[in-house]
Amino acid sequence: MKILVAVKRVVDYAVKVRVRPDRTGVETASVKMSMNPFCEIAVEEALRLREAGAATEVVAATVGPSQSADTLRTALAMGADRAVHVLHDPDPSRPLLPLAVAKILRALALQENPGLVILGKQAIDDDCNQTGQMLAGLLNWPQGTFASKVILNKEKATVEREVDGGIETISLDLPAVITTDLRLNQPRYATLPNIMKAKSKVIKKVTPEDLDVDIRSDMEVVEVTEPPKRKAGVILSSVDELIDRLKNEARVL
Amino acid sequence: MAAMVVGALRRGTATAGGSSRSFARSLPRPVSTLVVAEHEGGFVKPSSLSALAAAEAIGKDDNRVSLLLGGSGPGLHKAAEHAASSHPLVSEVLVADSDVFAHPLAEPWAELLRSVQHKGGYSHVIASSTSFGKNLLPRAAALLDVSPVTDVTSISEPRVFVRPIYAGNALCTVRYTGEDPCMMSIRSTSFSPTEAMSEAKVAPITQVDLSFLSEGSSGKSAWVNLKSQDTERPDLANAPVVVTGGRGLKSAENFKVLEQLAEKLGAAVGATRAAVDAGFVPNELQVGQTGKIVAPELYMAFGVSGAIQHLAGMRDSKVIVAVNKDADAPIFQVADYGIVADLFEVLDELLKKLPDKK
Repeated sequence: MKILVAVKRVVDYAVKVRVRPDRTGVETASVKMSMNPFCEIAVEEALRLREAGAATEVVAATVGPSQSADTLRTALAMGADRAVHVLHDPDPSRPLLPLAVAKILRALALQENPGLVILGKQAIDDDCNQTGQMLAGLLNWPQGTFASKVILNKEKATVEREVDGGIETISLDLPAVITTDLRLNQPRYATLPNIMKAKSKVIKKVTPEDLDVDIRSDMEVVEVTEPPKRKAGVILSSVDELIDRLKNEARVL
Repeated sequence: MAAMVVGALRRGTATAGGSSRSFARSLPRPVSTLVVAEHEGGFVKPSSLSALAAAEAIGKDDNRVSLLLGGSGPGLHKAAEHAASSHPLVSEVLVADSDVFAHPLAEPWAELLRSVQHKGGYSHVIASSTSFGKNLLPRAAALLDVSPVTDVTSISEPRVFVRPIYAGNALCTVRYTGEDPCMMSIRSTSFSPTEAMSEAKVAPITQVDLSFLSEGSSGKSAWVNLKSQDTERPDLANAPVVVTGGRGLKSAENFKVLEQLAEKLGAAVGATRAAVDAGFVPNELQVGQTGKIVAPELYMAFGVSGAIQHLAGMRDSKVIVAVNKDADAPIFQVADYGIVADLFEVLDELLKKLPDKK
């Protein structure tokens, strides 16, 4: 069985993002970029399933500008077998939407015929949390979102999901789409020998047009602004003072 | 310039407009909204009442709102009665009564949503950003070939929305320019439900025609179980007071002390990702970018450093109290009241000095 993993290049999670003065977006020039953390977990899960003998090949895919190849190299260095790069140059006022990405991934899934597609549950830039669900809907495959545990058993996947009320367990017929939550696994670091090896692995380049996918965007970014700042608070010296302030100043006790 | 256009086009000022392009967009168009609601124990959940409040923000005077409920058994019908008088804008309650909808599986639910949308031709579809809404809405949107808007926190026009991006470190205003329906999930903390309705207005309850259901609708996925912590505490997402522990709590045992404080305050207990990862408490207590978003009257953080991802989940709280022995912890930058001290000593003292909640 083949596993397709989708990955996205985003502003590194440790970077403090700044809104651009012209309000068209956040500053991404000369900012450290990395693989979206949820996508790292997705790659790791695919590799573990392959290493456990449940899968034979892991194919990583991304949609993005030429620099996104770095993200695919990271996936390859972690251990993915090969990669597909769908080239697309972003337009900040008309961002590529999850629906377009899902349509591209559907086209790839129909070419590659995987038994499982694994994606991060959300990207930490746009925080959309949509692509996996949309891909599953377009393919008419079942979905296991926000997964914290995945067990493959022949034709079925048992998925534990982190939901508002606790941990939900569902059973899915394969092929299926799974999106990863934080506690699914701890992604590995790429070792130097594997980084060297990854350089000779194949990245196939295609365009949305090659895949015959319409990537129209039905969303216009009007503006991006800073969130309102909270007023600076005060440091109190005692619990008595805290209780007094909460009662008489904030009136929340 | 963009901000000016937004200002000029605000609802109710249909005659304004800086250019012919924006004037065309400001022409009033009929609004009808489908609210996808959840229910529990015979009542519509508070998060879904917030979705109704969002429907009101889209259109108040000329907005026909249908509220969709699914499931089976007496709880569903009791919830439908609750829904019928839950908001003056609700003109119809749609009930999908089938075991297929008894559990929140996205596959049959997305087909339900597609079918209801095809029949009703709504201009807007709203769900709350709960794990149910987040799982279902994008799948249904893909079936309808439209792009939904995630986590709306403010509605400036029927098709112009504000949503947080980058864990709330930036706010993005977007205009939806696609076909109907305009679908969105809303942050329930940003839309306060309207107070209980007069008994006079009761919307009719209609059964949804389920003939669209096929073998394939329910065959590919199956619900197995839900493991949850039994707790007497109020629901984290809606509690008026939340007390949260971070890595500084050091153990699951110490969280019990936090429980005692929660007991006194009638509060819900929350936790940081670090505390959940360390196994102190289960995942459903996590507050943050990828956990629950809370905005209580009072948020008390003990041993919480204040990582960006955590702040994303609580920065809209009304009053924030932080207790941490590290004076440089970023949590103090958002706290209204801070105490730099050993959290266990502060907890002990609070337990002694706070009166019991009646």
